[in-house]
Amino acid sequence: MNHVGMFGVIALAAILGTSSGAAQDQGQRIPSSWTTTTVSGQGQPRGYVEYQKYCSACHGAGVGRPGTMALEAKYKGSEPALLDQRTDLTPELVKTYVRNGISIMPFFRKTEISDAELDAIALYLTRNNKP
Amino acid sequence: MRVPPGVTPQDFSDAITQWRQALGNDWVFTSDDDVNLYRDSYSPFWHEDLEPIPSAAIAPDRVEQVQAAVKIANAYRIPLWTISTGKNLGYGGSAPLLGGSVVLDLKRMDRILEVNDKNHYALVEPGVSYFDLYRYIQDRGLKVWIDVPDPGWGSLIGNALDRGGGYTPLRDHFDAHCGMEVVLANGEIIRTGMGALPGSQTWQQYRYGFGPYLDGIFSQSNFGVVTKMGFWLLPEPEGFKSGTVQVPRHDDLVPLVETLNYLMNSNLVQGTTTIGSPLLMSRAARSASGGGSALVMTPGGPSIEELEKIGRDQNLAYWTCEMNFYGPPKVVEAQWEYAKEKYAAIPGALFVEGETYKLPVDPSYVDKLPKRQFGIPSLTIFGMMGRSEGHMWFSPIIPMTGEAVFEAQRVFGQAYHDMGVPAINQIFVFPSSFFPRSFVILCGFPIYHDIEKNQRSREVFKGLVKAAAEHGWGEYRTHTAFMDTVSDVYSYNDHSLRRFHGTIKDAVDPNGILSPGRCGVWPKRMRKAQG
Repeated sequence: MNHVGMFGVIALAAILGTSSGAAQDQGQRIPSSWTTTTVSGQGQPRGYVEYQKYCSACHGAGVGRPGTMALEAKYKGSEPALLDQRTDLTPELVKTYVRNGISIMPFFRKTEISDAELDAIALYLTRNNKP
Repeated sequence: MRVPPGVTPQDFSDAITQWRQALGNDWVFTSDDDVNLYRDSYSPFWHEDLEPIPSAAIAPDRVEQVQAAVKIANAYRIPLWTISTGKNLGYGGSAPLLGGSVVLDLKRMDRILEVNDKNHYALVEPGVSYFDLYRYIQDRGLKVWIDVPDPGWGSLIGNALDRGGGYTPLRDHFDAHCGMEVVLANGEIIRTGMGALPGSQTWQQYRYGFGPYLDGIFSQSNFGVVTKMGFWLLPEPEGFKSGTVQVPRHDDLVPLVETLNYLMNSNLVQGTTTIGSPLLMSRAARSASGGGSALVMTPGGPSIEELEKIGRDQNLAYWTCEMNFYGPPKVVEAQWEYAKEKYAAIPGALFVEGETYKLPVDPSYVDKLPKRQFGIPSLTIFGMMGRSEGHMWFSPIIPMTGEAVFEAQRVFGQAYHDMGVPAINQIFVFPSSFFPRSFVILCGFPIYHDIEKNQRSREVFKGLVKAAAEHGWGEYRTHTAFMDTVSDVYSYNDHSLRRFHGTIKDAVDPNGILSPGRCGVWPKRMRKAQG
């Protein structure tokens, strides 16, 4: 998706002196994500950033993450409940779940998670696979 | 490629070509793989021919592209189905009501146009989610709160237009809006309220403008495509406190709710309150109900006296009410003290003091907060839905009285019984004040990839709509699968309101291209099925 980068937005806010009262007819684009804090991607692969943005609200660590809770119940410790600690996922499997859904997890449109973003997520979740 | 109903393949192909020119190749989706992503993940028609599957999807990036898109649809009389972020799961998701419609996906229109923390409002586009606006505010340290529904990935505009609710003092999302920009079916743009005045300084500060106030007709409707909307925000409170009152007997619910009404309608208690029952949720009460749910009073289940005895033996309150207070710490303490004074008139009332917070809290503490009461978006609700492939919500409004709750327990218990369905299979939520001055009961129906189970669920759903209507209760919102069913029961004076909706529809969208069938509003050329 063609979002203005975060740094551009902050710079614009700095120029205006305030983010309140920004020009109404142009508006500010911020990278869309299902996170409560802006994901810092410094020194991280793109897949890490996309995973945090689109997957962590359900599959991250912490309280009330339904994806992690469901995988805990499913694997009972035989596999990590956190997807980014798995070593047995394939890129195809990751893409299949995102585009087909599974159980209560819905599928996602390309206006939400683009093919390029999904490729990066799939690469990230398979980074630790043994050759 | 699927083709919209009543449209020739050649016309559809021509329209697709024109949409590609107007929106760009990447944002017109026609392959099965891409278009299938617009199906309802939680469809109650899964694996059935009845499932309404779109023919294509188009995703404009700005209002001029929305204008172009509707003009093209108008020229070929192609039905569009507008979605904002498409996350209306449980009520239809991103799928149209009418199979073959082209989904008009506004997710890419995700600009936050203004957030003002001095007059406390925001102006956003339809693709902006609760997460997006929350993060924007946090990153800039702005002193305002948003109000969130349970899943935070939805659109502020989409949820408000569907008249969704949340938990804080500004929880009635449509009521909290101020000013709209709407693209009409002919491609013309209007701005409502003060927005009609060029260079207006108060579009998000005064709702009404001059002349007839129209905003309501763009909610739960298909009279236009809303492309901007303002929302009032809550000044960041200095403190938060919760407290719970418990009462021991069945009949205590009457004075409990009467007192709650006084406190809420006087603005002494703000935010959603939910009636609870440790007794009816207990293993002992469920066991006495034959393993079924004790939340509804099923014929043959335990009597009130038997349930009260279980409560006495196990020291369980029959009813509880948790209240939230927002404001300066010394004010919320005083409000809680005053609430206790009022409830003390109910013999045996007990009070449980909840957490008190001085705000703002340190960001590291956010995960430990009751998020929805603090306007913090999350997806936690999806962990509470049980094992299924989705759900849909039956959500009637009932009077905010104890007597109405008793009647609802009996009526829905009887309805389940008459239909031979154990109520335990449903996710039944206690009456909540998501909207001022009324209760909503939420009853979640699990969805499975199982035709027989889903067909049965649809029958039961319709049975509950009918049972509710016979007692003067109607749904505040419904899944696309039941929009005609629900519209049918709002039938005062031979459906005079629905006929008036039709009159407006025919005037503002004569070709009937915008979201046909939404909330029972059909264009003339498709209206035959209605009485």
